[in-house]
Amino acid sequence: MSDLTVPLARWHLPTPGRIGLAIVAVWLVVAVLSPWLAPYAAGNVTAADVFAPMSRAFPLGTDYLGRDMLSRVLLGARITVGVSLAATALACFTGVTLALAAAVHGGWVDAVLSRVLDALISVPSLMFSLVIVASLGSSLGVLILTAAVIYTPGAYRTARALAVNINALDFVTVARARGEGTWFIMREEILPNMVLPVLTDFGLRFVYVVLLLSGLSFLGLGVQPPNADWGSLVRENLEGLFDGAPAVIVPAIAIATLTIGVNLLIDNLPTRRNGHAR
Amino acid sequence: MNATVLRLIITRLGLAALTLWIVSVLVFGATALLPGDVAEAVLGQAATPEAVAGLRAALHLDQPGWLRYLIWLGGLLHGDPGRSLVNHLPVAQLIGNRLPNSLLLAALTAAVSVPVALAIGITAAVRRGSLYDRVVNLLTVSLVSVPEFLVATLAVVIFAVNLHWLPALSSVSDISSPEALFRSFAMPVLSLSCVIVAQMARMSRAALIGTLDSSYVEMARLKGVRPARLVLRHALPNALGPIVNAVALSLSFLLGGVIIIETIFNYPGLAKLMVDAVATRDMPLVQACAMIFCAAYLLLTLLADIAAILSNPRLRHR
Repeated sequence: MSDLTVPLARWHLPTPGRIGLAIVAVWLVVAVLSPWLAPYAAGNVTAADVFAPMSRAFPLGTDYLGRDMLSRVLLGARITVGVSLAATALACFTGVTLALAAAVHGGWVDAVLSRVLDALISVPSLMFSLVIVASLGSSLGVLILTAAVIYTPGAYRTARALAVNINALDFVTVARARGEGTWFIMREEILPNMVLPVLTDFGLRFVYVVLLLSGLSFLGLGVQPPNADWGSLVRENLEGLFDGAPAVIVPAIAIATLTIGVNLLIDNLPTRRNGHAR
Repeated sequence: MNATVLRLIITRLGLAALTLWIVSVLVFGATALLPGDVAEAVLGQAATPEAVAGLRAALHLDQPGWLRYLIWLGGLLHGDPGRSLVNHLPVAQLIGNRLPNSLLLAALTAAVSVPVALAIGITAAVRRGSLYDRVVNLLTVSLVSVPEFLVATLAVVIFAVNLHWLPALSSVSDISSPEALFRSFAMPVLSLSCVIVAQMARMSRAALIGTLDSSYVEMARLKGVRPARLVLRHALPNALGPIVNAVALSLSFLLGGVIIIETIFNYPGLAKLMVDAVATRDMPLVQACAMIFCAAYLLLTLLADIAAILSNPRLRHR
C-alpha cells in the first residue's frame, strides 16, 4: 500500500510506460476529435478505384467502396474507444461496488456474490456474447451491456481480493469502532486505498473488451453499419486481403497499437500486476 | 493415487457437471430473451394464423418456459437437439457434418503448438533475463494482446501474398496426400498456433521458473550439476504438473481463436456453423453449438485442475 502515498508528481514512469501513455493519449484525442481530424466526411466515396494502395491523396489507401481509409480509421476510433470505455467503466464500477459490499459485509453476501459471479466466469466470453447477440441483436447498447456483464466477475474478483485485505487493517477497525456506517467505510476508508490497482485492472479489462468487441465486429455480429469500429473495417475489407490491400491490415494494426499501448502503460505503473491471459 | 486424490477428482467432476448444468440454464435462458415470437419470425409476415399456431405447438412455444427447458435438455441428453429453424435439417446432422473438421483443425494445431510452445517456454525460463528471454517475452506479450485476426491477416499477407509459399484459402476436401493436407491446413493451423503458442509459452515459462527458483535446484546447481541435467532431471519433473495445467488452459483459448480463424479462412467447421447460425438467429443450432463449445472448455479446465491436484500434494488437503 505504501506506493499509494507517493504523490502523483513523483511517480517515475519508465520509458515503455511513457510510450504506452503517449499511444493511449493519441487515440483518446483522435476518438474525441475525429470528425474534425478526418480528411473526408463519413461515408464519402472519393476515389475511383477500390482497394487502392497508399498514396498522397489517400495516405492509407482506399476501402472496398473506394472510401479514404485514413478517415474510416479515425472515425472508427470513436466507436472502438467509446464503446469499449463505456463497457469497461460499467464492468469495473459494478465489480468494484459489489466487491466492496462483499468485503465489508462479509458472511452470506460475500458467499452468494462470489459463487454467482464465479459461475459466470466459466462460460467462454466470445461464446457468451454470441448467444446474447443471437437473441437480442447487436445494437450498441446490447454490446456495451454484454461486454460489461462478461467482465464484471473478473473486476469483482480482483477488487474483492484487495478490499478484503484492506478491510482487515486497523484503521478500518477503528472506523467501525467509531460507529461509521457500511457505506462510509466502503467509500471513505477502503476505496481510496485501492485506487491504483483498480485503475491497473481497468486497463487490463479495457484490453479484453476491445479484443472481444472487435472480434465480434470482425465476425459481422458486433457494431452494425452505418457505424463501423475497427473490427468491422477489417471484416468489410476482407476480400482485399488476398491482394494485400492496406485497407484490411491498417485497422487491425490500429487495434494492436491501442491494446499494446494500454498493456505497456499498465505494466509499468508502480503497482504492476502481470497482465496476461484473456 | 490414493483415496483422497480419487475423492478430490470425483468432487471436481461433480463440480464440472454442476457448472455445465448452470451453463445450460444460462444458454437456454439467454436465447429465451428473444423479443417477439420465434414462430412468426420464422414464417414471415405472410403466414396464416393456423400455420403460426401449428409451428408454435411444434416448437413447444405454447408451453411454459421451464417445461421448454426440460424438453430441450432431455433432447440434448438423448443426442437430439431439435431441428434448424432455417433449413429444417436435424441439428445433430448439421453438427455431425462439421464437428470432425473442427476437431481435425484443433488436433493439428495442438500437435504443432504444444511442442513448439514448450520448447520456447522452457528455454526462455532457463535463460531468464537473457536477450533471448526478453525478445521471447516481448513477442509473446504482443501476440496475446492483439486480435487473432491481425495475426491471421498478417500471416496471409506475408506467406500467401508476398512469398507465394502457401494458398490463402483452405479446402478440406483435398486431404488425399500429405502434401495436399499440408497445403490446405498450413495457413489456418499456422495462424491459430501463433496465438496458442504465445499463451502457452508464457505460462509454461512462469511454471518452470517457480521450480528453478526453489532451494533444492539451487543446491543441485551449487554441487555442480550440468545445466541440461539440472533442468531435465531436477527441475522439470516437479514443474510437470503446472506445465500440464498451463497447456490445458492455453488449449482452452483455442475455442475463441477457432471462431475467428474458421471465419477468416472460410473453413467449414463447427465455429463457422455457429457464427452463421447467430447471423440467421437459428436458435436451436446456436444453443447446441454453444453447449458443445462450453463443454469442451469445461473439459479442458477440468483437465488443468486435475493436473494441478495430481502434481501438488498441498492441494489435496482442502
